Amino acid sequence: MPEVTYISPDGTITTLEARDGDSVMETAVKNGVEGIVAECGGACACATCHVYVDEAYFGVVGEPGDLEDDMLDGAASERLPNSRLSCQIKMRAEFNGLLVRIAPEQV
Amino acid sequence: MGVVIVGAGQAGMQLAVSLREGGFEGDVTIVGQESYLPYQRPPLSKAFLSGDSDFESLEFRTPEFYVGKEITVITGEQVVDAAFDGDSGTATTDAGRVLTFDRLALAPGSTPRKLPLPGAELDGVLYLRDLEDALELKARWADAANVVVIGGGFIGLEVAAAARKAGKTVTVLEALDRLIARAVSPITSEFYRQAHERRGTSVRLGVKLERFVGGDDQVGPRVTGVELAPDADGNVEIIPADIVMVGIGVIARGDLAAKLGLETVNGAIVVNEFAETSDPRVVAAGDAVLLPHPLGGEAQVRLESVQNAVDQAKVAAATLLGKREAYHAVPWFWSDQADLKLQIAGLSTGFDSTVVRGSQDDEHFSVLYYRDGRLIAIDAVNDPSDYMAVRRALGAGANIPAELASDSAVALKTLITAGS
Ligand SMILES: Cc1cc2nc3c(=O)[nH]c(=O)nc-3n(C[C@H](O)[C@H](O)[C@H](O)COP(=O)(O)OP(=O)(O)OC[C@H]3O[C@@H](n4cnc5c(N)ncnc54)[C@H](O)[C@@H]3O)c2cc1C
Ligand code: FES
Repeated sequence: MPEVTYISPDGTITTLEARDGDSVMETAVKNGVEGIVAECGGACACATCHVYVDEAYFGVVGEPGDLEDDMLDGAASERLPNSRLSCQIKMRAEFNGLLVRIAPEQV
Repeated sequence: MGVVIVGAGQAGMQLAVSLREGGFEGDVTIVGQESYLPYQRPPLSKAFLSGDSDFESLEFRTPEFYVGKEITVITGEQVVDAAFDGDSGTATTDAGRVLTFDRLALAPGSTPRKLPLPGAELDGVLYLRDLEDALELKARWADAANVVVIGGGFIGLEVAAAARKAGKTVTVLEALDRLIARAVSPITSEFYRQAHERRGTSVRLGVKLERFVGGDDQVGPRVTGVELAPDADGNVEIIPADIVMVGIGVIARGDLAAKLGLETVNGAIVVNEFAETSDPRVVAAGDAVLLPHPLGGEAQVRLESVQNAVDQAKVAAATLLGKREAYHAVPWFWSDQADLKLQIAGLSTGFDSTVVRGSQDDEHFSVLYYRDGRLIAIDAVNDPSDYMAVRRALGAGANIPAELASDSAVALKTLITAGS
């Protein structure tokens, strides 16, 4: 199972094993990682699961889709080039070791 | 101090989590009548039907999470009675378990309104509220060529879209003269009628139903169609159906509240802005609740949405923690039908004018609702930018003047003007 590491706004570092196909958001929320709010449960409808993908992985993970792109514009924390909605990143073997920083403000 | 939460759904789960996040150290017990840990309902009419998700992906939290937070979740038991005796009380489940509490939280959700037509008991007449319903629908999905959806609301239309995508012959029967009439304006209703028709679904409005038609097969009496009331010339029409999905709204599950002597209206539990019921020792949240309009005014509303369940549960938890945090969250909602993402912010009831932006032909547009010149709500279809701008404006008590908003070329977020 691919591993993903979260850096919470308060600096806490959590590494979890993700189920293949589960999103970066689901993996965090289900296990109680703080900072990802995910109000809509992964429907790309709330922009409260905003993360910054570590440079080293941004190429692997890729760009947001059109709807996600628009949602990110309305996110509560500053949008950066490596911003993604974590519910839209589905874990796969290639993402093993993925590192994301959780955006400080979500709502 | 111990809290018992009745209902292990969206609101019940959030209440428990928010209590712990707020530093509550007493016992927290959630009792849920379904045999599953709390899970999300929205995918049941969407990805789950198309086979894109399994139960684990519906679960809000892992079993270990609840253990770690010292939240006891009792599943498969219904609370059938509750009463106060002095400062504390007891809740009794149908399994005979007795739980004591100091404070009680009600999050029982709602139950589908039944359609009392002749033939209602036929096999294949289905409703969709919980995972069992979804599993039953899914079990019949592959073999069903003809799907009839009764009720053109969100759940019905989502199921219709999923059925159409799976290549089935789909008919939506709606009693009123437009779709989603309770939640959106005629503009959005008409767009959805056309959008579903374009995708090959037959949408029939103003329909009167006569009965469910059935035939016997190996397993017993099974639905084979839906008969419409005779037309002016006395002609009878039967629409063939292997599955009939009825989605004509829900009824709040206020029965336990009524037993406790709490104020209810049509089954809905009446609360104030702090999620307190008519007995302040009992809080309530979610679909089952009638609450003061969160954005002010005299009206009371019942909101059936994830947002409301979550935000109200947070308010209820704060109240239990002795903090007073009035409920003023901007209502929002989404619905996914085929490749159309509808996002709604605010409540449009009582609007007196609208501004339409974007292009309905391109299936990318928004409808802004105004009352007395103030923005009160938006329906956005495939347009998250407009949606987010309005959500933020409403949250800040700000306005977006209608005369400026009508220029679709200008981004709404640049037009937000300071609050009143
Ligand atoms: C198919 C479907 C699709 C939806 N799609 C969307 C969507 O896209 N967007 C959106 O915002 N909302 C959507 N919703 C609505 C959303 O899921 C609800 O508003 C939300 O679940 C309400 O939360 P709740 O906790 O009040 O009720 P529920 O989630 O229904 O939870 C209540 C639970 O309490 C249990 N219960 C009741 N009484 C008792 C008792 N006496 N003892 C023990 N347990 C009891 C019930 O069995 C139930 O499990 C959808 C709902 C459905 C059914
Ligand atoms: S969880 Fe709502 S957009 Fe990701």
